This record gives sequence, C-alpha cells and structure tokens, in this order.
Amino acid sequence: MNHRPITEDDLHAYVDGVLEPERLAEVAAYLGGHPDVAARIAGYSAQRSLLRSALAPIADEPLPPRLSLSRMIEDRRRPPWTTWRAVVAALLLVSIGGLSGWVVRGALQPPDVGLAGLAQEASYSFDVYAPDRVRPVEIRATDSEQLVQWVSNRLHQPVKVPDLTKSGYRLMGGRLTATPHGPAAMFMYDDDRGQRLVILTRPMQTDQDKPMVPHSSDGVSGFAWADDGMGYGLVGQATPELLKPIADDARRQMRPI
Amino acid sequence: MNDMVLSIEPQIPALRRYARALVGNSASADDLVQDCLEKAVSRWHQRRDGDPRPWLFAILHNLAISQFRRQAARGPHVAIDAASEHDVRQDAVQESQMIYLDVLEKLSKLPEELRSVLLLVAVEDLSYAEAASVLGIPIGTVMSRLSRARERLQRELDGTSAAKAPVHLRSVK
Repeated sequence: MNHRPITEDDLHAYVDGVLEPERLAEVAAYLGGHPDVAARIAGYSAQRSLLRSALAPIADEPLPPRLSLSRMIEDRRRPPWTTWRAVVAALLLVSIGGLSGWVVRGALQPPDVGLAGLAQEASYSFDVYAPDRVRPVEIRATDSEQLVQWVSNRLHQPVKVPDLTKSGYRLMGGRLTATPHGPAAMFMYDDDRGQRLVILTRPMQTDQDKPMVPHSSDGVSGFAWADDGMGYGLVGQATPELLKPIADDARRQMRPI
Repeated sequence: MNDMVLSIEPQIPALRRYARALVGNSASADDLVQDCLEKAVSRWHQRRDGDPRPWLFAILHNLAISQFRRQAARGPHVAIDAASEHDVRQDAVQESQMIYLDVLEKLSKLPEELRSVLLLVAVEDLSYAEAASVLGIPIGTVMSRLSRARERLQRELDGTSAAKAPVHLRSVK
C-alpha cells in the first residue's frame, strides 16, 4: 500500500473524530503499529471526553433572564425615546378625543369658546409638547424672526414673543398648534433646571378682553387672559405664585399697542 | 427577526459554556454572553450566510479578549485567577465529581490562547477552519496551539510535568 505519511494534524483530527473514513483507517492502522503514539493519543481522547463531561453541566443550566434573546429584542424595539413618543401620542389622542367631545356636545352645553377653552388648550399643548425631548418646538429660538412671521401670518394678527429671561426662562422656540377655534401659536421656554413653560395665543371670538384667571390641573398650573381680541394662556409646572409674575410680564410684553 | 431568534437562541448555552471556561467567573462570563448577544442582535444583518455559530463565537471571543486586556491593564491578575478557579470549582463540586474539578483546574492553568483553541475544537465542536476564523489566526496556528494545549494539559493530568517528552510527529501546516 502507498500511504501518505501520518501527521500530527491527522492524530488530532483522529481525536476530534473529523477524519474521512479512509484516512481514519490509515491512522488506526498506524496507531496499531506504534503503541507509544497510540498511548499518547488515547490520553488525548480521554482528556477530550473528560473536558466535555466537566463542562457539559454549564450548558444545561437554565438561562438567566438577562440572557433572554426575546427580551433583548423587545428592549431594542422600544428605545428610551419611544416611550415619550407613546406618551405624546396617547396625550394627543386624549386631547383629540376630549376636543371632539367638546365640539360634539355643542348642543347640550354652552360651547366653551371663551377663556376657559383657551386655558384648556394651553394645558393640552403643555402636556403634549413640553415632555418632548426630541422636537418640542418646530422652529427654534435662533430662528425666532421666522417663527414670529409664520405664526403672525397664520393667525392674521401680529404676534409678539415675550422675553422672559428676567424670570430665568429662555425661549426655546415655538410652533403652530391646532385648536377647535383655529390655529394658535405656542411658544416654549425653559429655565436652567430644564423646567418648561408654554404660552399659547390665538384670536378670541368671545371673551375678547378678560382679566387674568388662574387654572390648574394634574400638577400643571397656568393663567389665561385676553387683550384686544387675542387670548393668551401660560402653563407651567412651577407653582402659581411663581408663574403669576411671569404671566404678568408676558402680558405686558404681548399686549398689542 | 424570527429567523435571527431561531439561529441565535440554540447557541446561547454553548456560548455560556465557552465564556465560563475561558474567563472562569460565571457572572463575568454571563456579562460577556449578554454583550455578545446584544452585538449579535444589532449586527445580525452584517453576518455572512451560513452557520451562525462561528460568527457568534467570534463576537464572544473578541469581547473576552478585550476584557482580558482591560484587566491586564488594570493590574492585579491574581484576583481574576483566584475568582475563576473558585467559580469553576464550585460548578464542579455541584457535580460531585472530583475528577471534573481536577481537569477544570488544570485547564484554567493553560494560557488563554491555548485554552481557547482547545475549548472551541474539543468542547464546542468547531472545525479547525472555524476555530481559525473565530480566533483570527491561520489554521496552522490552530493546529500547533491545539497540539501544545493537549500536550500541556496531558502533562498536568498525568502529573508528569517535565518528564520525558512525548513522541511527536511533524505538524503539517
């Protein structure tokens, strides 16, 4: 017979059981003639099965929860910010539901088109946009001229953006929002601690001139007022005592001349 | 997605076993497996077609190696070894098999590059080519490391360290 020489690699492949049948026979024949090599290889085979038996129990252990693949995939599908999106979406749905109920009930109850309606809309806007970490405003403060022009055009009224830095609130920006009474302009501010407040303004059909009234619900409070046909609502998480002077300041600055 | 779960999930026990045998400590081994699975899930689209096993083991192995490097850079090597031997011993004691305890302790004395080859080939049933791709080394290096790993472990098991050298054949690269 004309055998290829047996190599060390062949011997390991023999131990690991990965030889082709023909080569396996050749290696076995070689080992038969070389008891010293055969003894070493037998040792390796014993070592291999010993290792496998010693380590097998680890693979039989139940998987801890943190190694659950489905949980991992679930977590990846729900990155942190989508929680906020879900909250915003839910709030939007609640708002829409609330607002349509508002409209539908028209015949049953007097339509709340006055200051109370505006205060409610300002609270909705705060609820929906203030928790948004991704895009709380559509136009940032850096483009405030563009923002003022946009909302003034849509509201058909000159709108002023108050400067609240004296009270520690910086303008973040703003956006147009929808209300049952047409578009409204919303401006958002935050302070050094990231606390936000919003001011909502839109033209008023009724309650065109109204002194400031406080309102509060679910940890947010605010003030609403109307001057010369424009209604204003300021809503924030700060206490009414803190918000009142800010609202007074905003009123002074936003009042049409 | 389902395809990914079906491919990865059955491998998790083996990944745990490899990680534990490689790093010793069961908590840090599971940390590695967790990192490995997270990477695998996020990079699933990057894998090549075929058996996902070598791909998963490669991710795990690379994580283990960078952990070894970080630990080496931090300094006290002793703490790891002590912890690893302790943990491996605990697992073995639960098996109530002194002989297993012995082989695992001796395995843990092998240098990491020999241990990883031996584990991938002899325990995890990866082919020599797959082990080479997992470790990023030529197949010839896999074979010579496998040979050295078996020889050293055998010497330890026989208690004949520095006794007569075994009969050796030429290693074909």
